[in-house]
Amino acid sequence: MSSAPAAHGAAPAPKFAEHFASLEVQNHAARLGMWLFLSTEILLFAGLFVCYSCYRFLYPEAFAEASRHLNLTLGTVNTVVLITSSLTAALAVHYAKEGKNNLVALMVGLTLLMAVGFLVIKGFEYSHKFHEGTLPGKHYTYQGLQLPGAPMYFTIYFLSTGLHALHVTIGMGVLTWMGVRALTQKNFGPNNYTGVELASMYWHLVDLVWIFLFPMLYLV
Amino acid sequence: MTPSSSPTAEGVLPGHDDAGGHDGHHHHPNYLVDGTTVKSWLLTIDHKRIGLMFLASVLFFFLIGGVFALAVRVELLTPGPTVMDAMTYNRAFTLHGLIMIFLFMIPAIPAAFGNFMLPLMLGAKDVAFPRLNLASFYIYVTGALLMIWGMLNGGLDTGWTFYTPYSTHTTTTVAPVLFGAFVIGFSSIATGLNFIVTVHTMRAPGITWFKLPLFVWAIYATSCIQVLATPVIGLLTLLVVGENLFSFGLFDPARGGDPVLFQHLFWFYSHPAVYIMVLPAFGVMSEVVAAFSRKNIFGYRAVAYSSLGIAFVGFFAWGHHMFVSGQSTFDAGIFGVLTMLVGVFTAIKVFNWVGTVYKGAVDFRTPFAYFCGFLFFTVFGGMTGIAVGTVSLDMPWHDTYFVVAHFHFIMVGATLMAFLAAFHYWFPKMFGRMYHEGWGLVSAALIILGFNATFIPQFLLGNYGMPRRYYEYPARFQALNVASTAGATLLAFGFVIVAIYLTYALFYGRASGKNPWRSKGYEWLSESPPPTHNFVGPQPTFPEEPHYYVAPKKDEVKDV
Ligand code: HEM
Ligand SMILES: [Cu+2]
Repeated sequence: MSSAPAAHGAAPAPKFAEHFASLEVQNHAARLGMWLFLSTEILLFAGLFVCYSCYRFLYPEAFAEASRHLNLTLGTVNTVVLITSSLTAALAVHYAKEGKNNLVALMVGLTLLMAVGFLVIKGFEYSHKFHEGTLPGKHYTYQGLQLPGAPMYFTIYFLSTGLHALHVTIGMGVLTWMGVRALTQKNFGPNNYTGVELASMYWHLVDLVWIFLFPMLYLV
Repeated sequence: MTPSSSPTAEGVLPGHDDAGGHDGHHHHPNYLVDGTTVKSWLLTIDHKRIGLMFLASVLFFFLIGGVFALAVRVELLTPGPTVMDAMTYNRAFTLHGLIMIFLFMIPAIPAAFGNFMLPLMLGAKDVAFPRLNLASFYIYVTGALLMIWGMLNGGLDTGWTFYTPYSTHTTTTVAPVLFGAFVIGFSSIATGLNFIVTVHTMRAPGITWFKLPLFVWAIYATSCIQVLATPVIGLLTLLVVGENLFSFGLFDPARGGDPVLFQHLFWFYSHPAVYIMVLPAFGVMSEVVAAFSRKNIFGYRAVAYSSLGIAFVGFFAWGHHMFVSGQSTFDAGIFGVLTMLVGVFTAIKVFNWVGTVYKGAVDFRTPFAYFCGFLFFTVFGGMTGIAVGTVSLDMPWHDTYFVVAHFHFIMVGATLMAFLAAFHYWFPKMFGRMYHEGWGLVSAALIILGFNATFIPQFLLGNYGMPRRYYEYPARFQALNVASTAGATLLAFGFVIVAIYLTYALFYGRASGKNPWRSKGYEWLSESPPPTHNFVGPQPTFPEEPHYYVAPKKDEVKDV
């Protein structure tokens, strides 16, 4: 009977699940869970970093050459955009703690806007590469750069930026959910901000991964 | 604990909170009958029911995996083709390996018994994230269905290790099967993450880290491995799928890729994964050996720490699978030494178990019979592990039946013994009924005997040079192959008996009472079977050490 998720009531905040000893414990659990989850995400990308290091070691010239075929300006703009969006995500948490729900929604909105900007710029970069033929593996047709190992570079480029873009999209979904909650329920406050905090932690991860990808792919 | 706070979350009924008892009636149905509709099971967020659903699923997959094991053994009865063609054979052993590893061994103890026992052992009402727990089950089911669908539609012939470049070129269906493995990885991560957070945040007052039952320590260490290693294989399976579908070239030498890199990434997960399978087994055995020797575990801290030690060094030993991959002698030496460290930590545990039995008042029951089998398989399998961890010895043994026998001894032997011991030890806890002790002992004997008869010939076969994964073999290997198949038949027979008397006990077994073994484990403090929120009335306290057995000496016989 009690195991079925029934009996939704308009529960007043702060609420916590019955199996936890207190609200603090529940928040602690949520944060710890998120940290663990984020470490698995980092490890997921770490596998790609390992691939990158190996092949950079095997094909140093091709990798150096190929990285110069990326658009450094667009990459830099994107980096700035993403770092700024991390700031607004952090501000959202700040306002959530103070119970300023409208400002939370605003900050989430700004973050989402920058996320869209990031993806659009990424889209331009991608379409340029599709056009040129600098594609992964056997789909590589670009004549301007014909070193062994160059297709491998673009394999890793597309896999890592693609996986990152997927994370951006998921992060946008989570943030949207928080923004909507801030607008409709207006109940974030000193006792109830874990949701925004977790969403913003996730967004920082997305940002952090890009901070690694950018120098790895565009600079070195 | 803040008794003043009134829980308001969904699914909470008045009277089930700590304060308890103000709902007027004292009706606390046990978790088995608290809701009997199909929906109340399928949508449950009770860790005990989820544990049982996992148990049912892993048993089902164990059956399928077992049928394919027998198919493989039957094919190997004669030197030439026996009952199937070569391609079918390749698919059969791949299916067997994949199902046994990903769908049975990895989830078996943690997801089934861990789910059920962990919160009870912590004095908690549930795991930290009950919904994630249920999600984990359905993710597992989804992954399993994907895998099976792929196996039925084309089938995979790469073996469970799906080594590149073969797996990126084979015409069989790589994509759904590997994608299934990827999905199952999420389930594994979710379960591990949930358990780690549960151990950190849900311990009842009084349960300090060094009062955790050893099973909890083992599950905790296992969860750390699950969380840290699984993402890597998750990525790897995706890469192989990508390779296979789009020819990315990452692991394809024809495109400048490096297949050995695949092996590094694969074993970076899969070596620790063998400890995902065996550490929970070690944990079960620590509980069982204390309970049936009626003695506090010898060297509690050493056993607890060695679990963490194994989890840690397990991450640095993967290269011992690649001694013949063209690795430098220096690397091979390092990996060899790191491999030995695993042996050291395992030996610590073995000595402590033996020390626990020593001068104990042994109550030789079915779980203890499995403990004896377990001890033998662990020591024997571990020693052969040391042997194959030695570079010069592994060169000739690599990819022969010797390795097959080694990993079956340690992985299947030890884990299976623990799984069966756990099943028998906790059966009364979970269902409140007793099984027939005589049949328990008979089938334990059959299973242990059958297991030895199956795999000892394989050690010999490997030593004589029979390679693994071949469909035909020279006639001189036949006698040993026949012996191995006979052993497998005996083993299967043993399982059939277990299935029969346990099913019978489930419905007609006599009531077990709360704690039939007079065990001191925390999980027995609650009713058998436990009520929905695990403990009735005020939260229990845990003043004693977890394995506080007092061997019936002189004036100390108070605990009866
Ligand atoms: C404790 C539980 C253990 C489990 C579950 C386990 C499992 C396995 C598995 C599954 C394989 C074969 C993988 C394959 O190629 O398909 C294997 C191979 C190997 N194991 Fe273990 N093992 C365990 C303990 C040990 C120990 C303690 C050592 C050494 C101290 C060891 C050393 C090795 C080595 C060196 C190989 C590779 C042999 C070769 O491929 O030539 N193992 N083990
Ligand atoms: Cu290994």
